[in-house]
Amino acid sequence: MRNILLVFKKEVKSYFSSPVAYVVIAMFLIITGYLFYGLFAYFSTISFQAQIDPALARQARLLNITESVIRPLFGIISMIILIMTPLLTMRLFSEEKKTGTIELLLTYPITDLQVIVGKFFACMFVLLVMLVLSFIFPGLVIYFGEPEIGPIVSGYMGLILLGASFVSFGIFASSLTENQIIAATISFGVLFLFWMLGLSIPFVGPALGKFIDYISITHHLESFAKGVIDTEDIIYYTVFTLLFLFLTLRTLESHRWRG
Amino acid sequence: MIEVENLTKFYGNFQALKGISFTVEKGEILGFLGPNGAGKTTTMRILTCYFPATAGRARVAGFDVFEDAIEVRKRIGYLPENVPLYRDMTAEEYLRFVAGIKGVPSREITKRVERVMDDCGITHMRKKLIGELSKGYRQRVGLAQALVNDPEVLILDEPTIGLDPKQIIDIRRLIRDLAGRRTVILSTHILPEVSMTCQRVIIINDGRLVAMDTTKNLTARLQGNYRLIVKVEGPREAVIETLKKIKGIESVEPAGDGKNGGVTELVLNMDKRMDVRRDIPVAIVNNGWGLLEMKPIEMSLEDIFVKLVTKE
Ligand SMILES: Nc1ncnc2c1ncn2[C@@H]1O[C@H](COP(=O)(O)OP(=O)(O)O)[C@@H](O)[C@H]1O
Ligand SMILES: [Mg+2]
Repeated sequence: MRNILLVFKKEVKSYFSSPVAYVVIAMFLIITGYLFYGLFAYFSTISFQAQIDPALARQARLLNITESVIRPLFGIISMIILIMTPLLTMRLFSEEKKTGTIELLLTYPITDLQVIVGKFFACMFVLLVMLVLSFIFPGLVIYFGEPEIGPIVSGYMGLILLGASFVSFGIFASSLTENQIIAATISFGVLFLFWMLGLSIPFVGPALGKFIDYISITHHLESFAKGVIDTEDIIYYTVFTLLFLFLTLRTLESHRWRG
Repeated sequence: MIEVENLTKFYGNFQALKGISFTVEKGEILGFLGPNGAGKTTTMRILTCYFPATAGRARVAGFDVFEDAIEVRKRIGYLPENVPLYRDMTAEEYLRFVAGIKGVPSREITKRVERVMDDCGITHMRKKLIGELSKGYRQRVGLAQALVNDPEVLILDEPTIGLDPKQIIDIRRLIRDLAGRRTVILSTHILPEVSMTCQRVIIINDGRLVAMDTTKNLTARLQGNYRLIVKVEGPREAVIETLKKIKGIESVEPAGDGKNGGVTELVLNMDKRMDVRRDIPVAIVNNGWGLLEMKPIEMSLEDIFVKLVTKE
């Protein structure tokens, strides 16, 4: 436990002593802010027009601030997290391999698992900072309107779980190579594929479609954003996260055996 | 303290270690000598539990490096070849981190870190990022991290490589001072380093152990001109016969290619206690041959090394 905490602290310090974390967090907030502004502005225009156009006023969905601002906002945030996490995870093992520091780290009295878990939580910490800061946007909605609180809470829960699986996969990719760019490209590429899987559902058979729907990352976020906390979704993200942390462990071990 | 038995390591199909066995006693400083690619780093990485051997056993302080890796690691301070340290941490931060991981109790960390910084002469550099330190100071930080948990065993892989002459002298002195009652293995491909810092030497080449001796014995072989090279104008067989009869000459080896038009070139191994340099010319002249050259062969550690290493 102490070892995990030490690795955690070291990695967090390292994130915040270089510009990486700040740049990633700033870009995340800028993009989210811009898209949020778009959603919010569109919503105000519609609501304003609804006052003079009774036909529009009957479309309850458009006029529900949870439906038309909060829910798409979670979609946007999850997409930007997908772009940003590979930038946070890419260095975690690649850099240690490239500079050789992994040799010392792995000859200290610490297990490979403790190293992985420490690094995982350090990256999750940066992600949490990002998510906490992103709360300004739903916060504004709460301030100006009356959205349902339930979906906001469950939506954030979903984002944390989703983030954990992104981080876990990113760490795995980082353990595969000593080249950070390759690590980032692999994690971005594969996560994006998982993301896009949902789009292919209409073109495949119903059985395969159901399967693809299940393994697709987005599918599981949707219910969270609707305010539904389903154990099936929690299990999906947890298994995804643990699976890739486990594969990272195996990668480190196999590197050892090969020398 | 360290027992290595028939250690073998394959990298894929390439065999880097071909069965190495040796032991190191408690408190001993062992030099691990060999040319580049001999397998020094590989052996050390197995001893420090960085990766397992393909076959064979190694025990450190009574613990098997494979079965009880964590116990072994707790007792070892390791300085890898290129001193890989986190460049984005300050020397002090880094040492505190390592002290924690190596299990130094929280309330003793400050004391221990102060101590090793002082021992290694980096106290005034504590707030500097490691990436900004000179190679010499980085080496000291590397030594400090190895020592921070006061380990019983120190394993140093080419600790002076890439340093300038002054830094080399400083680091060697530091190693000797800090060794104390610790057991130390120090690898190098530079010979004088061994004679300056180590009590016993192991020479490895191409994954095999080629010699093991005390530094004293190895250097003793350097002293005195106990080997002579002579060039004699005369019939080869007869010259060899004559010289063999001189008391004090232990053996006669042919040297040169022997195609030197009637000139016989020989190496004479001599008993160090007898000076026969006067008897040789007398014997040769008495036979009516000509003595063209006679000079001592200064055996340096380099020669011993080259000889041992090229024997196969
Ligand atoms: N990771 C590796 N993969 C393949 N071959 C390696 C690896 N590490 C070392 N070798 C080879 O093993 C041999 C011994 O290397 P090493 O132990 O580093 O020698 P030394 O430290 O004595 O210079 C060398 O021929 C080297 O090329
Ligand atoms: Mg080496």
